[in-house]
Formats: sequence, structure tokens, C-alpha cells
Amino acid sequence: MEPVLAVVIGGLYAAGMYLMVRRSIVKMIFGLALLGNAANLLIFTVGRLTRGRPPHIPLDSTLPSLPVADPVPQALILTAIVIGFGVQAFALVLIKRVYQTVGSDDQDVMVMENQGQGSSGKGQGEEA
Amino acid sequence: MNNLLFLPLLIPLATAILGLLAWNRRRLQRLLGVCSSAALLTVGLMLLYAVQQQGVISAQAGNWPAPFGITLVADLLSALLIVATGLMGLCVTIYSLADTDARQESLGYHPLLQVLLLGICGSLLTGDLFNLYVWFEVMLIASFVLLALGGQREQMEGAIKYVALNLIASALLLAGIGLLYGVTGTLNMAHLALRMQNMPHTGTIPVIAALLFCAFSIKAAVFPFYFWLPASYHTPPIAVTTIFSALLSKVGIYVLIRVFTLIFPQETLAGQPLILAAAGLTMLFGALGAVAQPELRRMLAFCVVSQIGYLLMGLGLFTTLALAGSIFFMLHIIAAKSALFLTTGVVARLTGTSRLAELGGLYRRYPLLAALFLLPALSVAGIPPLSGFWGKLALVQAGLQSGQYLMVAAALGVSVLTLYYLSNAWIEIYWKPAPAGAEELQYLPPRRRRQLLAPTLLLALISLVLGLLPEPLFRLCHSAAQQVLNPSAYITAILGALP
Repeated sequence: MEPVLAVVIGGLYAAGMYLMVRRSIVKMIFGLALLGNAANLLIFTVGRLTRGRPPHIPLDSTLPSLPVADPVPQALILTAIVIGFGVQAFALVLIKRVYQTVGSDDQDVMVMENQGQGSSGKGQGEEA
Repeated sequence: MNNLLFLPLLIPLATAILGLLAWNRRRLQRLLGVCSSAALLTVGLMLLYAVQQQGVISAQAGNWPAPFGITLVADLLSALLIVATGLMGLCVTIYSLADTDARQESLGYHPLLQVLLLGICGSLLTGDLFNLYVWFEVMLIASFVLLALGGQREQMEGAIKYVALNLIASALLLAGIGLLYGVTGTLNMAHLALRMQNMPHTGTIPVIAALLFCAFSIKAAVFPFYFWLPASYHTPPIAVTTIFSALLSKVGIYVLIRVFTLIFPQETLAGQPLILAAAGLTMLFGALGAVAQPELRRMLAFCVVSQIGYLLMGLGLFTTLALAGSIFFMLHIIAAKSALFLTTGVVARLTGTSRLAELGGLYRRYPLLAALFLLPALSVAGIPPLSGFWGKLALVQAGLQSGQYLMVAAALGVSVLTLYYLSNAWIEIYWKPAPAGAEELQYLPPRRRRQLLAPTLLLALISLVLGLLPEPLFRLCHSAAQQVLNPSAYITAILGALP
């Protein structure tokens, strides 16, 4: 199972990175979501995959009978999903506002119009 | 027992909640903001005193014993930074009483500021790596909203870059934490430090260290990940820029120091050339960027980047003196750079612009304001007897002791550049005659003027006093650096006596 998940995680990271370097901010947000999912799946996989062994402790014992599935990675992922949900919701509202104020979802258009005002991100890079 | 550790989290949290309940009552929100920041400063000082008396103190949330529950811990470094957070919270809250416009206040400016302080205090006090990620997100989401609050076009562009880069950093951080858990089976930082001591540092561990270094470097705006900072910091209201520049990137540096001295000391030593190179290039590119800026706020944003390099230099040199210098420099830069940003805000409010070419002649009308810019500017450049000099002196001395001559040369060269562009800015704003066609200066009512100038004056004076009497604080920073470099006290305070 691990090799399959490794390939899936790699694919998610690659797709996320590809989307993030696109000029469209909508695709950038999709890319962010994919990166978050890739990280969650990575935590899930490196936390060891153990099938069908919930970490229950028998009544007459103080330890579960090993091996059991580690619940901590799942708790981490759950937290990360909730945080990611909030952050992505904010990002979506933000790009809506950006689209309303700039009138485009293309990052190059934002920079070009800004250059007309005198200074811009691009210009700074060259001077630096 | 050490319930004092919870107060820096509870005070801003309670104030934010009360502020949200008092949504339409702006006066009450303002009052709450000022009281809460003052309380945070007081608690910070109490915490610093307690840590000085008792050594590292820790508390377990919900009384779950250490590696399993969530640990809060304060050593000298985090206590010093909590004090700085409280001080900056107070200064910025008072400043924004006069500077923030009614619309932004009605959109929840004051509660958001408290949430930001909550996230910062949480990141400084937590002893658990995943909990650190959560506090970072609390800090980030508040900073996103503060950055975009008001929705000006320019702010939107800045916000997109800021949000995208910081979310990438969070994804990297999360992946790094997950991998580290997979390798070591724990997330408690003290426990991690113990386990790492008894592990071969090969295979995935250097990779995890690199991932975490990149993630924190993006947050701290270290070369080559610094470009989002100058692209976004000049857009929000000046009070917001001030608290961002004073605290957010410093939290990134704090976490770098904490994690890389505690969990990855071997990787830090192995990666020393890389860390030093990143530090030097951060200084240099920040300073070169600042020289080229015709607009004061953008110049100061680049200056923030440039100073981050000095803070990283202390970690790269990895000696007690260097780290002490870094910590002292961090406290100095929080005060001095914030004073610069706040005076810039006053100038912008008086003249309606912060473009250097359109400014001039302010010395004649406002000599106090000119002094309030000149003093921190010289301090940032590192002119004795101001506070920046002592931090740089310690760093340079440590660099010479370690034989890193190139690094020392970079640090000194960048100081000259800093002096050049800041004095140039001072001449442009205050000394040269006002350009023809400059608009009449805005009138500021006395009450507002006091609210704007009091925090600025306080920060500039702190920079002066730290310069004239550096000894007590420097000794504290030295003990803080010793604590950071010998983590056994930290580990014992959390996990109990070592086996």
C-alpha cells in the first residue's frame, strides 16, 4: 500500500506546484488545496499504515496488543484539515475581492497595471 | 503551579472574544485593546522575572504528563520576546487609536490585533511542534485579514502574494512535522531533542531539517525566500505594518533558533556554510533593495529583510556570544525599526505621501519628528552609542572569533549601506527644502498628536537607553543564549529528571 500512496502523494505535490506557478490566481488556490492534501496524506503514510487494528486496550491490560494503528497521525490530519478548510475559505473570499478590484485573475495584469503607477514588484527585482 | 504561562494566551483570547461581542461599540473595543496590551506587557515582565528566578518553567495543559499532552514552556529567550510582544502590542494599539480609520475599526481591527498577539504568544510559548504549527496558523489567519482589511487595490495585490507564500510555508512545515513524527514517534520538542541525541543523523533526518529550515525561512523572510515581504508590507495601514515587521518575521527567527538548537544541533553545524551564506545574502539583497527604493515604506520593508540577515547570522555562527548578539539585536530592532515605521506613519499623515521626492523641509516645522526618525535610523545603522551598535559588535566579535571573515565583512559592509540609505532618506524628508508645489501640511489635533507621538517616542527612547546602558539586557541575552545552547535545563523542566 505504501508505494501506491507514495506515488499518489508525489502526484499531488507535482500537480499542486504546477498549479501554483500558473498566472491565474484561481488555479493558485487549487494548487494550495492540493499541497495541503498532499501534506495530510504524507503524514498519514509516514505514521505507518496498519490495517484493521484499532488501538483498543483490553479490559485486563494497560497496553493495547501490538501492532495497532497509531491514532496520533489521524488526529494531526484532522486538525490540519480543519485549519486548511478555514484558510482556503479565506483565500477564496480574497481572490473574489481581488477579481472585483482588479478585474482580472491574471497576476501579470496586476503587475503591469501597477508598473504604470511607477514602481512594481518586477522592477524591484531587477534593481535588486 | 506555573499558571502564569497561560496568561499570555488567555488575555488576548479573552479580549478578542469580548471585542467581538462588542462589535458595534468601537470605544469599548479600543479601551479593551489598550487594557489587554498593557496587561500582556505586565504579565510578560512577571514571566521574565519568574524565569530569571526559577530557570526554565513549564506547564502541562490539562495536567497530561509531558510527552503526551501539550506543553507550554518559557525560557529566557521566549520570556524576553513575550515582553517585546506586549510592548509592541501596547505601542501599536495606542498609535492606532489615532491612525486607524473608522471603517477599519468597524471591521474588527482591534479584536484581530489581539488574535495576532495570541498567535505570537502561542508560538513563543509552546513546547510541542504540531502545536507550533497551529499557533502559526492562528497568527497567519489574523495577519491575512489585517493585511487585507479595508480592501484597497494595492492591499489586495500584496495580500495575494503574502497569503500564497505563507501557505506554501505552512504546507512545507506540516510535511516536515509529519515526517519527523514518522521517524521519531513524538512531537514534544524536549522529547524530540532527547530522541535525536540517540539517533544516527542520516537518511531522512537532514531532509526533514532542510524542509523545516525552508518553511521557517519563508516565514522569517530569509534569502532566497524574502521577496513576498517587500511586495506586501508597504500596503496595509502603517500600524499593521509596524507590528508585522516587529513581530511576525522575528517569530520565524525565534522558531529557527529554538528548533535548530534544540532538535537539530548537528544539522545546524553541518549546514553552517549554507546558513551563513543565506544570512549574508539576506543582508545584502535587503540593503541593495532598500537603496533603490524611491518610497519610504518600501525602503523600510527592504530594511526589515536586511536586518533579518543579522539575526540569522547569530544562529549560523552557533556560539554563545553570537546567539546573545542575535537576541540583543532582535530586541533592539523590534524597538528601533518600529519607531522608524511609526514616524513614517506620522509623516505620511502630515503630508499625505511617503514618496521621498515629494517630501522635504519637515525639519523646520517638526524638529522633534526629525529627531525621532534620526535616532532610530542611526541605531539601525549601528552607530555608537545607540542600541544597534552593541548587537552588531557582539555579532562581529563572534564572527571574528569563529574565523568567518567574509561574513563579518558582509555585516559591516551592509551597515555602511544601511547608514547610506537611511541618512539619505532623512535628508530627503527633513533637510532638503520642500519641493515646489508641495501641499499644505495637514493639521493634527493635539490629542491625536499625543497618541501618535507617545508610542514613537517611547520606542526611540528604548533604543537610546539600550544603547547607553546595554549591560543589564546584554547579560540577560547572554544567559538566554547559554540556555538555548545547553538545552538540558529546558528538557529537564519539561520531562522531569533525565534517566
